[in-house]
Amino acid sequence: MSLTLNDIGRIAKLARLELSGPQSERMLGQLNGFFDIVEKMNAVDTTGVEPLAHPTAVIGEVALRLRPDVVSEPNNREANQKSAPAVERGLFLVPKVIE
Amino acid sequence: MTSKHIHEMGVAELAAAIADKQTSSVEAAQALLARAKQHGNLGAYLAFNEDATLAQARAADARVAAGERGPLLGVPVAHKDIFVTRDFPTTAGSKMLAGYQSPFDATVVAKLAGAGAVTLGKLNCDEFAMGGSNENSAFAVAHNPWDTGRVPGGSSGGSAVAVAARLAPAVTGTDTGGSIRQPASFCNVTGIKPTYGRCSRYGMVAFASSLDQAGPMARSAADCATLLTAMAGPDIDRDSTSLDRPAEDYTALLGKPREGASAAQPLKGLRIGLPKEFFGEGCAPDVVAAVRAALAEYEKLGATLVDISLPRTELSIPVYYIIAPAEASSNLSRFDGVKFGHRAAQYDDLVDMYQKTRSEGFGPEVQRRIMIGTYVLSHGYYDAYYLKAQQIRRLIAQDFQQAFAQCDVIAGPVAPTVAWKIGEKGDDPVANYLADIFTLPGSLAGLPGMSVPAGFGAGGLPVGLQLLGNYFKEGELLQAAHAFQQATDWHLKTPEGF
Repeated sequence: MSLTLNDIGRIAKLARLELSGPQSERMLGQLNGFFDIVEKMNAVDTTGVEPLAHPTAVIGEVALRLRPDVVSEPNNREANQKSAPAVERGLFLVPKVIE
Repeated sequence: MTSKHIHEMGVAELAAAIADKQTSSVEAAQALLARAKQHGNLGAYLAFNEDATLAQARAADARVAAGERGPLLGVPVAHKDIFVTRDFPTTAGSKMLAGYQSPFDATVVAKLAGAGAVTLGKLNCDEFAMGGSNENSAFAVAHNPWDTGRVPGGSSGGSAVAVAARLAPAVTGTDTGGSIRQPASFCNVTGIKPTYGRCSRYGMVAFASSLDQAGPMARSAADCATLLTAMAGPDIDRDSTSLDRPAEDYTALLGKPREGASAAQPLKGLRIGLPKEFFGEGCAPDVVAAVRAALAEYEKLGATLVDISLPRTELSIPVYYIIAPAEASSNLSRFDGVKFGHRAAQYDDLVDMYQKTRSEGFGPEVQRRIMIGTYVLSHGYYDAYYLKAQQIRRLIAQDFQQAFAQCDVIAGPVAPTVAWKIGEKGDDPVANYLADIFTLPGSLAGLPGMSVPAGFGAGGLPVGLQLLGNYFKEGELLQAAHAFQQATDWHLKTPEGF
């Protein structure tokens, strides 16, 4: 199985990346080169094998924790917005979405 | 002032000199800042904030004056630019975060500061920690002080350079697929990546959340143990994968013979497993020779060598390069030009703004990994790639558990070769990924791992010995590395001119 330029365009759109023609060609070659080595995974029988998400779960259960749904952080809006590209009156600005 | 230069001192020595008032934290910080700037062409550091550094140093000196002593009190360290810091910009080596100022400190940074460590600055790395040569940094090429025409390794490349060139006594790094161990190996530095979940990921710019781990890099296993003791421990409220397990003193076993062993043979009873897959034709002969010589030294210390197998070693490359990009594509979706970071100057509408912002802000390797990750998580491909990789990941982790039935520690090379020339691998992703073969299995299994300076290979370039332990055996790993460093002096070798 090989990816096509169409696939590259579709994946780039999903990833919100803009690739030029030459960049797409290059990406296509590199990704197909990579997926050649991925093919080796197909030979492994994984029937009934549980996927491993947290590595230490291989030796014992790792429980996901819940915490009370209460405010834990103080309001720190100014510091949090300090590195935002466009802010006005404490709000993040984006290009107009609805006419 | 002591007779020895500040930059010649490791953590323990410097902490003692500060505690004994032979020098001060301010004096140490000033000396190291001056030296770091003098060697700016190495590309180790990305940012300084001298006022903040000296304020921290004065605070440490005040604690010393009040009678406090501590193994890190007043000791200057530097942080990989993956850890967010309130007093220094944080870029993760990416144009996307140029000039970013975090409103808070990462937990690891805060814990070291609490122990009295002083921050010298932020260290160069591959963009978002993606890479093994530091060539993916958006800001500066980092040079290996052993041969400045060669890469220092990565992604914690600046961290390794800073320690090797004596620009800092110790530093932090992060390891997702080998990013502490491999640059440590390339630069003759000692580094440890603890068990996954042992150090908090809070405030570490996320790459692959199920793999990312923080760890120290320094000039000795003993100094690494001191730093890791301060860095590790539960962070239950801030990191959902932080393990709920009390902090440990990783220095406790240093210099002690193993149970039933003697001072002459302190590692008697230690079984070291050698995976046959790590010593095959995929590893350069000069690297194998240095590693074998180090293992012979371990035998003198009382250890026995056992042949083992990690049959899925080669598979760890595709498995890792599916899982890590998948998680990266998800983590990096937050960079959209709205809440922080770069935003394109020209765009038509919201979607165009996202696309232009991300294409301008991310470098080529990051874009490739986002593409791979987006594809393997997309509808119709998830089971064939991501799920399959997570299943094989379990098999790889189980292989290690079987191996640890026959041995206490696993040893082998960190990387198949010594450091390569800058530009040598170009941006061929597969060539770069294949070089990670010996570090990826331990990363996928979440095991603690070290690189210990083991000698020199072709061209007089450093070779690291990789030691992998079972979960939570950091103390035992550091004990084994320390015993080796008591018997050898590879870790003390300094590149000429530094």
